[in-house]
Amino acid sequence: MIEFLTQDWILELGWIVAKIMVVIGPLLIAVAYLTLAERRVIGFMQLRKGPNVVGPFGLFQPFADALKLMAKETIMPAGANKVVFMIAPMLTFILSLVAWAVIPFGEDLVIADINVGILYLFAISSLGVYGVIMAGWASNSKYAFLGALRSAAQMVSYEVSMGLVIINVLLCAGSLNLSAIVEAQRGMWFALPLLPMFVVFFISTLAETNRAPFDLPEGESELVAGYFVEYSSMSFALFFLGEYANMILMSSMTVVLFLGGWLPPFDIWPLNIIPGPLWFIIKIMLVLFVFLWVRATTPRYRYDQLMRLGWKIFLPFSLIYVVLTAGFLLVTDRLPAVTLG
Amino acid sequence: MIEALFFYLFAGVMLASGFMVVVSRNPVYSVLFLILAFFNAAGMFVLIGAEFLAMLLVVVYVGAVAVLFLFVVMMLDINFAEMRAGFQKYLPLGLIVGGILVFELVAAMYGDAFSKASLPVASEIPNTTQLGGVLYTKYAFLFQISGLILLVAMIGAISLTMRKRVGVRRQSIAAQNSRRREDVMEIVKMPSDKTKAKDNAAAGSVDDK
Repeated sequence: MIEFLTQDWILELGWIVAKIMVVIGPLLIAVAYLTLAERRVIGFMQLRKGPNVVGPFGLFQPFADALKLMAKETIMPAGANKVVFMIAPMLTFILSLVAWAVIPFGEDLVIADINVGILYLFAISSLGVYGVIMAGWASNSKYAFLGALRSAAQMVSYEVSMGLVIINVLLCAGSLNLSAIVEAQRGMWFALPLLPMFVVFFISTLAETNRAPFDLPEGESELVAGYFVEYSSMSFALFFLGEYANMILMSSMTVVLFLGGWLPPFDIWPLNIIPGPLWFIIKIMLVLFVFLWVRATTPRYRYDQLMRLGWKIFLPFSLIYVVLTAGFLLVTDRLPAVTLG
Repeated sequence: MIEALFFYLFAGVMLASGFMVVVSRNPVYSVLFLILAFFNAAGMFVLIGAEFLAMLLVVVYVGAVAVLFLFVVMMLDINFAEMRAGFQKYLPLGLIVGGILVFELVAAMYGDAFSKASLPVASEIPNTTQLGGVLYTKYAFLFQISGLILLVAMIGAISLTMRKRVGVRRQSIAAQNSRRREDVMEIVKMPSDKTKAKDNAAAGSVDDK
């Protein structure tokens, strides 16, 4: 037993934990500042100022919000299913963090460089729906339940077209490994040859993260706040953090699949001295800005319009595009070389 | 060592959650435990190096099938006492089915099916590539047939639930887009004061008919 404990796997474990901390710490700060950025950006777009009082330019606002949430009372609804009620926000938050294990921040800068990285991301993002359904059901409230039902149907619908879009990227990259997908974009980012798929993917990520214009699960005007009406204090904060961490995750997924990950736009002098992780972060911020921009400018979709867009437009379109991409690659002999066993 | 630890962890949790699926009073708990069992099965796939199957299990069963299960179970109006009443009635049948499965498992274990030799050999080539290599060449027809079976099931489900209902107002996007301005709008000039007419023209106000 002593031998077992003194083996160097403890060191290895410590190293892994340190790597996880290096990713999670900045991520949580980024989430906090994303909430501030959202209010500021939308404020400016609507000719308001947004929160600008707490600290210089309102920079301490997220901390004030966090302190306020922590100081509030946690309320458990009388008719709620207590166990599931408490598991749901934790699940949402955990799922939004574990997916970061496979995101490559730069060359070899990844916690787990697994062969099926993109499938792992897809699997984790498809699990996000459980937090929502469980919250809606356990709250024992009709608003929460309606919000959860809407969200479940919406997320399942848009996952299908997202999967087909990912197949397009895989056809071009020839690997499920995220680092390999980024490396395959060294010549040209996939956003250019697959431009329609890039748009479909981005809109699907909006639906997947329940963001405007697809924020029906939260629809304030009809459902109060959707699936998390009954939550308060930290359990609410976990949902909130999870939602924003998911936004950042989806943006990074978009960057890895379509915008060349850590690669500079052109491999020329002033651009390629900027380190890869910095490029990655800049691109994520750009995508996130578009997320906020969309929220500030578009009205909410009606539910049947949302379903029509997912099933009747995106699904056939991305399916046809898979055939087109495969056909084009085959005819021009550009299919990525794969060694079979 | 670590691998063995994880194997017993996954296997233990899987068996326990499988048991809970059967004995849970609340069907929603049953589905949640079923999801936990799926997860641990995926973990076991990872342990034998079948990462593609593991991810597929999570994407297909946990991400899609179990969501629908949960959906249906939550929507059902279930009388828990009634469900318990059926338990004893179906117990003999359940025991028979379970007994047969246990017998088959034991028989397979004493055969060669679960020996280490039947495990796939680890290689440098990722198993996604390996699976793709045989699935689209050697087993191409079987693959196509399984796709057809799913398609038939889908069409069957749609034709069972599709029914014409009267009085449902549907939006026809094509009809909306093919509407022309001349068909639906008419600009009526109202006789009035000269300056007022000029103002109206400038503001471009039109009456919707």
